[in-house]
Amino acid sequence: MKLRRSMLFVPGDNAAMLSTSFVYKPDSIMFDLEDAVSPREKDSARLLVFQALQHAAYRDVETVVRVNSLDSEFGLKDLEVAVRGGADVVRLPKTENAQAIGELEAHVVRIERACGRPVGVTKIMAAIESASGVVNAVSIAIASPRMIAIALAGFDYLVDMRTKRSNGWQPELFYARAAVLHAARAARIDAFDVVYGNISDDAGFLREVKIAKRLGFNGKSLIHPKQVELLHKAYAPTEEEVSHARRVIAAAEDAHRKGLGVVSLDGKMIDPPVIEEAEMALQLAEAS
Amino acid sequence: MKVIKEAIAGTLESSDVLVKVAPTEKGTREVVLRSEVIKQFGEQIKQVVTDALDKLSVSAGSIVIEDKGALDCVIRARVQAAVLRGCSSEELDWRRLS
Repeated sequence: MKLRRSMLFVPGDNAAMLSTSFVYKPDSIMFDLEDAVSPREKDSARLLVFQALQHAAYRDVETVVRVNSLDSEFGLKDLEVAVRGGADVVRLPKTENAQAIGELEAHVVRIERACGRPVGVTKIMAAIESASGVVNAVSIAIASPRMIAIALAGFDYLVDMRTKRSNGWQPELFYARAAVLHAARAARIDAFDVVYGNISDDAGFLREVKIAKRLGFNGKSLIHPKQVELLHKAYAPTEEEVSHARRVIAAAEDAHRKGLGVVSLDGKMIDPPVIEEAEMALQLAEAS
Repeated sequence: MKVIKEAIAGTLESSDVLVKVAPTEKGTREVVLRSEVIKQFGEQIKQVVTDALDKLSVSAGSIVIEDKGALDCVIRARVQAAVLRGCSSEELDWRRLS
């Protein structure tokens, strides 16, 4: 299973970050052609991202390109760059409904055919940034077999909801988080929690990470490299959890060898969800 | 392709490169390279710049490169951006950009 704890935003026109972001070993790197790039630098940023996508340094990390809205004058040009450059994933911002994914997919197919990439190789993820998007989260999540994740984007969503982000358990985001997460799980795709914008406040960041992890998000979208390590550490299982996971896997393998359908460990039945949880814990431990 | 107006792309920040293009009176292609790492990577940078210009069929224009330790992929992209701006070229031929 592909781990997606951290998706690091890299402004598409920032040569220094494009040249170093892989060093921080995020699970996914998202080259941003949308909000991080001023309109007059879009052309240059596209070429920079196109070249970076083909650089050897990005061969071993999942690459994502956030394109501008397809309704804008930039969206289709960005999409050409993402698909022709060989991005693993296209991230569509401000996704309001399933039709937007359908429209995006049709263009991706057209470009894949035009440039000779295998049709279907470019995956899609949607960012949900409005009340409409949250309400339509399930249909968005299942809109295409190319969908690999949905991400909640907090800033625009909270403006749309006429509220502000608070500290603590953040009730203003609870419904959206739960809705996006349920949509992702129902569609069997991944879910990313909101960006934490105050890069000098590690405690606040970790408070949000705790909420996201507890709810069940795969990870968060990140805007600063230093957040990668903080997030990975917070998502790492404890030694006790790793030890338990190893015993669960060992007991399950032993039962399988003996042809037993059911097995118990410390008096508790080990069934497929318990085994799956143990496998996930070991995968997280190995990656941390 | 000929550079018909002055244009720049990139920055003078570390790991980036500033590329300035302008028309030339003689109608020739003239490349000037300044780099902090010219002793170690001068030849390699020239090769990247020349390749990017050749692929875009740039026959005329002054191209001044101020390198601040950029990766090859950054140099290539900035040269392409400056040239396309300087040639007022909106349409991209992807085979020429790889």
